Amino acid sequence: MQIAKLLRGVVLTLLAAALLTGCDTVVMSPSGDIAMQQRDLLVWATILMLLVIVPVIVLTLWFAWRYRDTNEDATYAPEWTHSTVLELVIWSVPLLIIIALGAMTWVGTHKLDPYRPLDRIDAQTPVPADMEPLTVEVVALDWKWLFIYPEQGIATVNELAAPVDHPIRFKITASTMMNSFFIPALAGQIYAMAGMETKLHGVINEPGVYKGFSANYSGAGYSQMKFEFHGLSEADFDAWVARVKASEANLDRAEYLELEVPSIDDPVSFYGQVDPTLYHAIFNRCVEPGQTCMEDLMYHSGMGQHGGHHGDEEAGHEGHQSHETHEGHQGHADHAQHGAHHD
Amino acid sequence: MFENLDLTKLIFGRLTWDAIPFHDPIILGTFAVVAVGGVAMLAAITRYKLWGYLWNEWFTTIDHKKIGIMYIILGLVMLLRGFADAIMMRLHQAMAFGDATGYLPPHHYDQIFTAHGVIMIFFVAMPLVTGIMNYLIPLQIGTRDVAFPFLNNFSFWMTTGGAVLMMASLFVGEFAKTGWLAYPPLSGILQSPGVGVDYYIWALQIAGVGTLLSGVNLLVTIVKMRAPGMTLMKMPVFTWTSLCTNVLIVAAFPVLTAVLGMLTMDRYLDTAFFTNDLGGNAMMYVNLIWIWGHPEVYILILPVFGIFSEIVATYSRKPLFGYTSMVYATVVITVLSYLVWLHHFFTMGSGASVNSFFGITTMIISIPTGAKIFNWLFTMFRGRIRFDVPMLWTLGFMVTFVIGGMTGVLLAVPPVDFVLHNSLFLIAHFHNVIIGGVLFGLFAGITYWFPKATGYKLDEFWGKMSFWFWLIGFYFAFMPLYVLGLMGVTRRVSHFEDQSLQIWFQIAAFGAVLIAVGIAAFIIQLVVSFKRREALKDETGDPWDGRTLEWSTSSPPPPYNFAFTPQVHDLDAWWQMKQHGFQRPESGFIPIHMPKGTWAGIVLSGISVVCGFALIWHMWLLAGVSFVGLIATAIYHTFDYDRDYYIPAEEVERIEAERTRVLANV
Repeated sequence: MQIAKLLRGVVLTLLAAALLTGCDTVVMSPSGDIAMQQRDLLVWATILMLLVIVPVIVLTLWFAWRYRDTNEDATYAPEWTHSTVLELVIWSVPLLIIIALGAMTWVGTHKLDPYRPLDRIDAQTPVPADMEPLTVEVVALDWKWLFIYPEQGIATVNELAAPVDHPIRFKITASTMMNSFFIPALAGQIYAMAGMETKLHGVINEPGVYKGFSANYSGAGYSQMKFEFHGLSEADFDAWVARVKASEANLDRAEYLELEVPSIDDPVSFYGQVDPTLYHAIFNRCVEPGQTCMEDLMYHSGMGQHGGHHGDEEAGHEGHQSHETHEGHQGHADHAQHGAHHD
Repeated sequence: MFENLDLTKLIFGRLTWDAIPFHDPIILGTFAVVAVGGVAMLAAITRYKLWGYLWNEWFTTIDHKKIGIMYIILGLVMLLRGFADAIMMRLHQAMAFGDATGYLPPHHYDQIFTAHGVIMIFFVAMPLVTGIMNYLIPLQIGTRDVAFPFLNNFSFWMTTGGAVLMMASLFVGEFAKTGWLAYPPLSGILQSPGVGVDYYIWALQIAGVGTLLSGVNLLVTIVKMRAPGMTLMKMPVFTWTSLCTNVLIVAAFPVLTAVLGMLTMDRYLDTAFFTNDLGGNAMMYVNLIWIWGHPEVYILILPVFGIFSEIVATYSRKPLFGYTSMVYATVVITVLSYLVWLHHFFTMGSGASVNSFFGITTMIISIPTGAKIFNWLFTMFRGRIRFDVPMLWTLGFMVTFVIGGMTGVLLAVPPVDFVLHNSLFLIAHFHNVIIGGVLFGLFAGITYWFPKATGYKLDEFWGKMSFWFWLIGFYFAFMPLYVLGLMGVTRRVSHFEDQSLQIWFQIAAFGAVLIAVGIAAFIIQLVVSFKRREALKDETGDPWDGRTLEWSTSSPPPPYNFAFTPQVHDLDAWWQMKQHGFQRPESGFIPIHMPKGTWAGIVLSGISVVCGFALIWHMWLLAGVSFVGLIATAIYHTFDYDRDYYIPAEEVERIEAERTRVLANV
């Protein structure tokens, strides 16, 4: 029948088109181990669901054709409304698929939790015991990206680089707007929010230049809030660091306050030096002289809430590792007794 | 503060001539068209002396059928505005590559995508769904009106009031540039000091009053006013899904009201619920708005599931397969819809266990939904299917919706969502379920019940044209967005560098043009059908050989719906009555007690709009006066005791005798 044919034609053409182009889309062929595992999960979940989706589409069109009212040969059962066997099948088939998918989800979500430090570099290589992840502190500004490398003592705007096959740990916050930090080739996204810190772990397995951007609409300059992510060999990365270090510019608090002013389509810029307490101050909203840091504010007001929510999750996820500028408030566990502690 | 009181400021607030977008040719052109059209319409109404008729028969009516029709007209009119926004976005994105900046400046583009979302959900889908529920529920359960007839009229006008404010933002000032859910901190006073977010807040608050009250009304109607014998498990499926939807409305909309209330206080009174500083937390807003927002999705889709259930049974000439499991599936979806909201922000840093929990609850919803699809499938099995236009929409829905369901479950897997969240894949997904589900269902429903409401069927040819253009247009418009999502392209972007993406946006724009033809065909269908109404006339009241009680009345039904309250013995009450050789009673009529029309709904809504407008523009004097006026009018109305009348027995007898005569000639 015409309807069925046309419909099938449209669907098949589009599916074919989607699959063909799917091969070279970044989500389907990423270059980072985490994004690859996310892609695999996407593919398996799709296949699992097609087990039921395809039969349903075929049956819909087939029943519509078979039981058209002009077809006198087809059985007509005007009173048939119930079949326990069929009911069992139609509830249990989706149920079984969801059980399988649910199990995949539970395992996959924990394994690919962005807060979880990596245990492998790629499918074959575990992370060597002596390899420390590269830490990058990410600040979403209006409307540009600031990357601080605390271990290297440098900072960049709108350009990110990391060595290939080396785990990267991002700590992410924002100045005002809610943005989302996303490098599709590397790993899934995570939001960047003011006064809070989120985390992301990833590793890039192939050298190259990849697109990074904000994935959450944040106002006027959102469409231009993009950066390049360079996956470099260890040697090239060292050279890159040296190049940034050579910059005269120093990102101290005064410089940051100028940088923070909303602007659109900013060029890449490098800072050879950076105030080591800057990130912590941004995250605690006390960059300007005289401001009380959020963690102190909360400490003194007896709320017991330590920094942003994820300041606590940090503890839960990997313990207070480096960058413990908020030491001295170890008493926060006591404040938990007041019932306002998030953990 | 009073010594430097500025009278102009007190009266006009921050409204100045600058608020009128004289500099923007697109808006000015739109305004010119709207103004000319509006004046022409008003002139025509005056010329044909229709004001009295409109006021008495429509604006002040408490007849649920007329209110239902007005809701549907509101939804269709707003669909044109929402779609105009859509096609503007599609054309802009198809153009804005590399050096070309497209024809919309970013601040205008940002308003358009916000307005598109708000209009389509609140002022298209909601009025259409509410309109169909309003029209049908009393007829399906064999009663004369809803439980609170005046409230019904008031609800409609409040919804319309919200739509009026929404439209006003186009010509006076601006609309929000925040996206349709207005997340803070972007929607906060520091980041959005203009009137846009205030238009958003007050349009939704005013319309929200209408939605909530209409939910209460329909809920009580279904619970308390069913015809004798119609136990819960003998209710038509559409009534069941409407019941669940109204439970959701009553439970969810107050959350929206509260969260918008807090945002209002942040903006007007310097509170710090959702601010970055002073202990506010924007994530609270995100949680709360989705605790409303996710049930909202089911508020839209459940009634439509009911519509498809009615249609598939009627056109397959079989009762619905698995009625009981259909009902339980609906109830399960209703409950589960409250346990999934976090899946809208897996990427905001919740722990893996929390994300998994919400991911899995989301997937579980696909089980009852899948059961429903199978039930429709087995209703068709061994049926005698007629491919009338409503059935075409249903088939189009069944094929399209499962694709959208599949991509929805994909997005429910948190690690997958991490790469697809906020991407065009997501946009494609929810348009896939909202167009392929809600909208197809609404068109199916409108076509199916049109003869009931008007007395004549819709023209088949233009109906089929509309269906095919919508269906094919949908695939062209949204399949490319799935692909773009997999390419890592995100939503709400107004300019692109990568030229290789352009072809996909151009295909999508072509799809939008096909949909425009589909909408045009629908309008032509209405006009052609009206012109051919004699040829398309339905005198039986039961043109499709229907199964539920609404088909037992004349088309259109008399004001009192049923001369005698029907006695229900079985599911598919009207079908059973026909099987058992039901005879219409032709004598023994008694006077019928009916509620009377009232001016109060439209007046209260009008004052609310003025009050909302005043609050948006900080016209404190007007705001105060209109607020007092609002309360005073409401109180005054409670002293109006002239609220009912009787249709005399002779009048009932005359109407019923006329129907007997018509039926004898069929």
